[in-house]
Amino acid sequence: MSQSLRPYLLAVRTSLTAALCLEDFGSQVAERHNVPEVESGKSAEALLNPMTIARNENEMVLIEPSINSVRVSIRIKQADEIERILVHQFTRFLTGRAESFYILRRKPVPGYSISFLITNFHTETMLKHKLVDFIIEFMEVVDKEISEMKLVLNARARFIAESYLVAFD
Amino acid sequence: MESFRLGTTAIADHSFNKDHTFVAVARENNVTLLQRANGKIRPVPGKAGTLRFHDKTVTGVDISCDGRIVTCSQDRNATVWELQQDGTWKPFLVVLRINRAATTVRWSPDGSKFAVGSGARIIAVCYFEAENDWWISKHIKKPIRSTITSVAWHPNNVLLAAGSTDGHARVFSGYIKGVDAKPAPTAWGERLPFQHLCGEFANKTYAWVHDVAFSPSGNSLAYVSHDSSITVVYPSAPDAPPKAVINLDTSFQPFRSLVWTTEDQIVAGGYDCYPIIFGGSQSGWKQTGAIDDPKKNKKNSGPASQFDEDGMPTGSALNMFRAMDLKGTTQQPNDDDLLTIHQSPIVTLRPLDEEGGRVTTISSTGGDGQLVIYRV
Repeated sequence: MSQSLRPYLLAVRTSLTAALCLEDFGSQVAERHNVPEVESGKSAEALLNPMTIARNENEMVLIEPSINSVRVSIRIKQADEIERILVHQFTRFLTGRAESFYILRRKPVPGYSISFLITNFHTETMLKHKLVDFIIEFMEVVDKEISEMKLVLNARARFIAESYLVAFD
Repeated sequence: MESFRLGTTAIADHSFNKDHTFVAVARENNVTLLQRANGKIRPVPGKAGTLRFHDKTVTGVDISCDGRIVTCSQDRNATVWELQQDGTWKPFLVVLRINRAATTVRWSPDGSKFAVGSGARIIAVCYFEAENDWWISKHIKKPIRSTITSVAWHPNNVLLAAGSTDGHARVFSGYIKGVDAKPAPTAWGERLPFQHLCGEFANKTYAWVHDVAFSPSGNSLAYVSHDSSITVVYPSAPDAPPKAVINLDTSFQPFRSLVWTTEDQIVAGGYDCYPIIFGGSQSGWKQTGAIDDPKKNKKNSGPASQFDEDGMPTGSALNMFRAMDLKGTTQQPNDDDLLTIHQSPIVTLRPLDEEGGRVTTISSTGGDGQLVIYRV
């Protein structure tokens, strides 16, 4: 883990632990409904101030807490065109399987690569500290994954170019 | 400390009856009744063991001093259950007249009426109307602008405290003509017509108030809110500012529930999953201790933690390789459980046994489906 990643993840972990204090909350707007307040946004008093934790201008986390749900959005580092494509493909792969990830949101918040929506029903069925661990682990792993994919892609491109150019040797 | 695993689903509320022989537990859409005998808690067998009526999450359950059960739910209804001769529970209609979720319900100390908090910005104070054989309600609406999260009765059976998500804890009069005798004047108020606002308190942060409670004498009020603080209010005289309002900020995660054990001690529990003890008086409050403190709890290798859920000994080579295979980690699966009994936030704390005017044991339930009885 690099020197700047550690405090960044620590800040995210502390903020997430504080934000994930959720309770069951019936809607004030619609009868017999129980919706994630951060998504409906119709009861101002059920929302808390959103916070952004940024490691640099390309990597940041947006945490939007409310009384019964938290939306966590992550912007993954995208240094060049290849990484942009890779991140897009990677998040598309995940969001396409959002049901099996439970807390994954189908569509990321604008400006971010991937979003999670954690409601009080998730914190009731899953342990809160493990949910936090999961998100931190995801953030740790995703960078590594993208750079590995980039290396593999470059190696493959080099290999293909070489074998293609052999014909003109 | 005793802990009972009653299931895996979250418990919204629980209530023991007067002699603590059985407990009602609100889980999902119904209420389960369990017997407590010889240090064990077992479900009441048969149909009498479950109260089914609501079709949305049950948010509150309470047992009165004369053994009636009241439940409330997010389907906007509340029901009173009475035990019949044949051992079954019969539901009685409550005319609540609210159009949003009911959030909490509490019987008054003498069991003649109960208060239901709701998301409709209303507290419904309900009492029995013998002519129609139903429970009818009167509404407290006035300065409430938000969902009521908790209600608590004063020992004099008339005053009612309520906390809400607009960050206010308020004290109202729940006096109902024909049901209540004229109450003696207290520091909160002398003349107490229904819906009279006796006090209104808020923190600077206006954070959601999670729970309110009167002290055993009723001469002070405490509430916990989402800014992790606990506030104790000492009223001076009717229509005068309170003698003291002590707001104690803590470094814990927010508290969900609190219980007065004596006039100078409060136990609060919440998202830290263990109860914390506060002590003090009008001159100031501070933390005096904690029960089931994870800092003191060493990894105990008791019989409960020696085996994992598949019956395999934890720490075995098999488990290590399995973790490496499934998760790609060398960490052992049981390693990062919380060091407290509750693995999820404490949602409800209730006083249980009393001895010589002080509460000696309290019961708690939370999101992990456990009921824990703590010795204070």
